[in-house]
Amino acid sequence: MTVAIDRATGKRRGDRTPRPGLGRRLKDGYQKHWYAYAMIAPVAVVIGVLVLYPLGYGLYLTLTDANSLNSARTIGVNEIEATYKFVGLDNYADILWGPTAYDRFWSHFIWTIVWTAVCVGLHFFIGLGLALLLNQKLRGRTFYRLILVLPWAVPTFVTVFGWRFMLADQGIINSALDWLHLPTPAWLEDTFWQRFSAIMVNTWCGVPFMMVSLLGGLQSIDNSLYEASEMDGANAWQRFRYVTLPGLRSVSSTVVLLGIIWTFNQFAVIFLLFGNTAPDAQILVTWAYQLGFGQQPRDFAQSAAYGILLLAILIVFTSFYRRWLNRNEQQLAN
Amino acid sequence: MSTSTAPTKAPAEQIAAPTAPPRKVRGRGERSRAASLASHGVLTLASLVALFPVAWLVYLSLGPDKNDYLHPGRIWSKMTFDNYAFVLQDTNFFDWLKSSLIVSLGTTVIGVMVAATTGYAVSRMRFPGYRKLMWVLLVTQMFPIAVLIVPMYQILSKLQLIDNYFGLILVYCSTAVPYCAWLLKGYFDTIPFEIDEAGRVDGLTPFGTFFRLILPLARPGLAVAGFYSFITAFGEVAFASTFMLSDTKYTFAVGLQSFVSEHDAQRNLMAATAVLVAIPVSAFFYLVQKNLVTGLTAGGTKG
Repeated sequence: MTVAIDRATGKRRGDRTPRPGLGRRLKDGYQKHWYAYAMIAPVAVVIGVLVLYPLGYGLYLTLTDANSLNSARTIGVNEIEATYKFVGLDNYADILWGPTAYDRFWSHFIWTIVWTAVCVGLHFFIGLGLALLLNQKLRGRTFYRLILVLPWAVPTFVTVFGWRFMLADQGIINSALDWLHLPTPAWLEDTFWQRFSAIMVNTWCGVPFMMVSLLGGLQSIDNSLYEASEMDGANAWQRFRYVTLPGLRSVSSTVVLLGIIWTFNQFAVIFLLFGNTAPDAQILVTWAYQLGFGQQPRDFAQSAAYGILLLAILIVFTSFYRRWLNRNEQQLAN
Repeated sequence: MSTSTAPTKAPAEQIAAPTAPPRKVRGRGERSRAASLASHGVLTLASLVALFPVAWLVYLSLGPDKNDYLHPGRIWSKMTFDNYAFVLQDTNFFDWLKSSLIVSLGTTVIGVMVAATTGYAVSRMRFPGYRKLMWVLLVTQMFPIAVLIVPMYQILSKLQLIDNYFGLILVYCSTAVPYCAWLLKGYFDTIPFEIDEAGRVDGLTPFGTFFRLILPLARPGLAVAGFYSFITAFGEVAFASTFMLSDTKYTFAVGLQSFVSEHDAQRNLMAATAVLVAIPVSAFFYLVQKNLVTGLTAGGTKG
C-alpha cells in the first residue's frame, strides 16, 4: 500500500523546512527532497502566516489584560494606542480556579463534554443504523438516501432557523404536543429543554455525514468476507460483529474523531438557536465567543485564553485517541 | 492502511451477483419480507424526520404575516409569494448573495490551488518532517474558532481588513487550506502509484507528473475539496458576523439574522430568504454528492 515513489528517501533527516545551519545533512536532504519541500511550501507559508502567527499572537494576548477598552483602536480620526499590560498567567488562573470558576468555566466544561458525548453517540448509532439499512438491496434506496442527506445539503444556518420556528412557544412542535395532550416544554427558555433542543437539532444536522461515511465504509467491505463467514455458519449478529465492525474500523475511527472535534467546536447550532439568551446552554466555544464579542467591554484576553484551553483539551484528547487506536491496531495484528 | 478503500463497490456487487443464485442463499442485503417491511418503515420515518424541518420552512415562507409561524393553519387560505417578491426587491438579498459568493469562491479557489501540491507531496513522497506536517494538518482541523477569532480580529483591524472581503477570505483559508490538503492527500492515495512511475520512466519531473498526469485524474477529488471549502465558507457564522460590519457586506449567514432584531422579527421574510438560499445550495450539493462520498471515505480512512 505505502509504496512511496521516492522510495529511496524513506529515512528521516533534518527538518521540514531547510533552515541555515544544519550543514551537510541539510544539503543532502535538500538535494533529495527539494521537490517535496517546494510542493509543500505554499501550505507551509499559509499555515505559518494564517495559523501559527495568529496563534502565537493569541497566546501573547492571553498573558495580558487586553479588552476592547484598552486595545489599539480608531475612533473617528483618532488612533488610540493599546494600553493593556502583561499579567502573566492570571487569566488562566482566574478561569480555572478563580472565585467564579465553576459558574463560568467548569459548568460549561461539563456541559460541553456531555454535549459532545451525547451528540456524537447519537450521530454514530443513528448513522450506523441507517447506513446498514441503506446497504441492503432495497427498493428505492437511492431515493431514501437522497432524502436522508437533505439535512446535510441545506446550510446549517438555514435549518437552524427552521428549527427555531418549530421550537417556538406556540410553534408546530408545541401545538402538536398540545393536541396530543402532552406537556409543552419551553424549548428555548428553560435550561434543560434548551440543552435538549440543542442536542436534538445538532443530532438532526450531523447524522447524514455519519450515515454517508459509514455507508461508504460498508460498501468497501469485500463481499466475499460475508460469503465466507456465512459458509462457516455465522449468523447475522456474528457477521455484523466479526465482519462489518472490523471492516468499518478505519472509517469509523476517523469519522468519530472528526465528529468529536466538530461537535466540541460546534458554533453555529447553539449560537443561532439561542443567541445571547441562554447562558447555561452555551458550550465552551460559544461561551468564549460571548466573552470576546458578545458583551461590552469585549474581554479579548479571557476569550483567547478560553480558546487556548479548548485547543489544549482537544490536542490532549486526540493524542490519547490516536495512541489508543494504534494500540488496538497492534493488538489486532498480533 | 490494511483495508483498501479503492472503489470496490461496483465490482464487488457484480462479482457477487453471478455466484449467489446457484447456492440459493440470500446474498448480502436480501432479507425476509417482514425485515424488508421494517426497513422501509424505519427509513420512511427517518426520511420524514429529515424532510420535515425543511418542508416546514418552505411552508412558512408562503405565509404573508410575520407571526404566521405561530398559526400555521391560517397559511393555507392565504398562500402567497409576496415574501419572495419583497425579499428579492426590497432587501439586501443580492448584496448578500454577492458577498457570500465572493467570499466562498475566493476561499475555494485559494484553498484548492494552494493545497493541491501539498496533498500530492504528502501522498507520494516521504521527506523529513513528513509526520510533523501531517500532525499540523490534523491539528488545524480542531482549532476551535475561539482560538483564532480574537487574534485574527486584532490583526485584521491593524491591517484595516475588518469589513473587507479579502480579510474574511484569509481567515477562512486558515481552515480551508489544511483541510483541502488533508482531503486531497486521501484522494491522491487512491490513484495508482504505477501512473507516477510510468510518468517518471517517460522522463517527467515530479512536477510534470503531478500537473500532466495526476491533476487531470484527480479532478473529482479537487471538486470535492473545492466543494467542501465552498460550503464551509458559505455557512460559516462566527467570523462572518464578527468581521463583516456593514449590512451590504453581510454573507447570508449573517444577513439572515438581521431580520430578527430586538424590536421586530420579520420571520416570514427570513423564511423566504432561507428558502432562496437553501434551494441552489442543496441543488448543487445533490449534483456532487456521489463524489462527496468517495472523496470523504478516501480522505477519511487514511490519517
